[in-house]
Amino acid sequence: MNLLMTLRVALRALARNKMRSFLTGLGMVFGVAAVIAMVAIGDGAKARVEATFAAMGSNMFIILNGSSGGGGAMGGFGSQPTLTWDDLKAIQTELTTVRDAAPVLNARTQLLSDEANWGTLVQGTTPEYLRVRAWEVASGEAFSQSDVDGGTKVALLGQTVAEKLFGPNANPLGQLVRIKNVPFTVVGVLAKKGQSPFGQDYDDVVMIPVTTFQQKVSGGLKNFIAGTISVSAVSADSTQRAQAQVRGLLRDRHRLSIDADDDFNIRSLSEIADARREGTETLTTLLAAIAAVSLLVGGIGIMNIMLVSVTERTREIGVRMAVGARARDIQLQFLVEALSLAVAGGLIGVVSGLSVAAWLARAAGWAMLIRPDVILLAVGFSGLVGVGFGFYPAYKASRLDPITALRFE
Amino acid sequence: MEQPALVQLKDVTKVYKMGDVELAALRGVSLEVAHGEFTAIMGASGSGKSTLMNLLGCLDRPTAGTYQLEGNEVSGLSNDQLAAIRNRTIGFVFQSFNLLSRTSALENVELPLLYSGVHAAERHQRAREALERVGLGDRLDHHPNQMSGGQQQRVAIARALVNRPRVLLADEPTGNLDSRTSVDVMALFQELGRTGITVLLVTHEPDIAAYASRVVVMRDGLVRSDKRQPQKAAVPVAEGAEVLP
Repeated sequence: MNLLMTLRVALRALARNKMRSFLTGLGMVFGVAAVIAMVAIGDGAKARVEATFAAMGSNMFIILNGSSGGGGAMGGFGSQPTLTWDDLKAIQTELTTVRDAAPVLNARTQLLSDEANWGTLVQGTTPEYLRVRAWEVASGEAFSQSDVDGGTKVALLGQTVAEKLFGPNANPLGQLVRIKNVPFTVVGVLAKKGQSPFGQDYDDVVMIPVTTFQQKVSGGLKNFIAGTISVSAVSADSTQRAQAQVRGLLRDRHRLSIDADDDFNIRSLSEIADARREGTETLTTLLAAIAAVSLLVGGIGIMNIMLVSVTERTREIGVRMAVGARARDIQLQFLVEALSLAVAGGLIGVVSGLSVAAWLARAAGWAMLIRPDVILLAVGFSGLVGVGFGFYPAYKASRLDPITALRFE
Repeated sequence: MEQPALVQLKDVTKVYKMGDVELAALRGVSLEVAHGEFTAIMGASGSGKSTLMNLLGCLDRPTAGTYQLEGNEVSGLSNDQLAAIRNRTIGFVFQSFNLLSRTSALENVELPLLYSGVHAAERHQRAREALERVGLGDRLDHHPNQMSGGQQQRVAIARALVNRPRVLLADEPTGNLDSRTSVDVMALFQELGRTGITVLLVTHEPDIAAYASRVVVMRDGLVRSDKRQPQKAAVPVAEGAEVLP
């Protein structure tokens, strides 16, 4: 008896008991569907986290000035100005992996409105900075490049600052705030950004054009940037490459010899992003493990029913043996029955798992992620489950004594 | 030269071990059956006739003694070789029909052909012919539960005949049938005997044994009597099986 015949015999036997075959296969359907849906959920969550991190600036890094030294007391990064405005221009224009770069000058100072005052961080920067940070303006608008060029006295308030100076729900647009006794017009309020991973309030900030900052808040150093440069790479994946390019460019421009240390410092958030990604990967693994358990349960269900089936069909087995079936014919038939149940269940599971994943993706607003390797793995595994859990019942069937089997009531 | 006997048993014993107790079901049976003979094996329960039947049907092997089928020794064959003999040389008919439920008559009859690797077209053709031979040519697609006991037994006989065996072994084939259909089945067996098929029939009913040309009586694992007799003609009544010339 060849395999094709065995397959037909097995399918016919399954068709004789449609309801039972359906219910047995259902275990595999749920197992495989669960694996596929769970992995899709995990991957969707991962993509979502990555997107969120990209929005927070996971593809962003910061360039700091070098450290001062020579007198024996090392000043720490940023204490020795080494970054020039020309460096910034070069980073902005010469590097392919850099999307935006913006200077950031910082000063802690007191702000005054008509009714209140608030000590906060004033940052002198350019409009690109908002793009680097992926930071939206909630009301009003950001200052523009022409504000930077003209050194106009305009300010963008963080949510916390707006609240402290003008009270909650007030509209600060067009109002005046005084920074070091210089009146600035509020042109916009930034969207809420929340806290940094270390508890720092991102919204406790005021942004003004970098030129105005130099003229009115803190004099600065003419050619050198008395602050940092914030850079965003074109994508999260190219952050590493962008950092390397920036480093190479700056070493080149600063004419550092090969064995000299960098006279600047680059810091990034990618470590945090990596940790987050690892977290969601753990989540995916966990979900897949839970789903794999349900696959296993499906396999045990198949074994259970196949064992019942062997007992119930003892007489059939006896008849088949009496008319010339060899032990291996019987074994193969029951093995193929279990395999067919498992694979059919697996295929239906793939379809329903994908539907569930698609539905969830739409409900959660994620991109639908189909991983062919997971589908192949799930179907392959269900086949393996069929053979693995079908083997014992099939073996049991093939070991029956035809005489006893024929007399079985 | 005379043809060797189809079935030749010599001093066959069969001992079953039930724990420490040894139970001798056959205690030295010698029997020869010629081609085309219609033999009834009779005996009370426990006489060893079922054990004898299992040995003759190659479902079991003797503990001692020799069994030659068509001149070939079969007592030392492997399970797979015995399966092949059951498939090609022997046809079985059981008291309880043993048809596969929820399976058409045609597919039931095809079963032995599946295991001898006959292709689909020939399988259908031969199964249809076998069913026509037992008078069920119009019931090919009926399932066992749609047929009477007599019809089911005729499907079982068609299944036994489909692979053109030399021996037909029937174990109480009329045990579940009324007397009228029993006569039909006996008529069919007598007809098979005339076409050269050897029929071995186990029964405890003397009425049924009367249709055979030879009666072997078993008791306590031994052959007690072995008589040839004139066959009583089985005349099918009313809608009986259509017997081919």
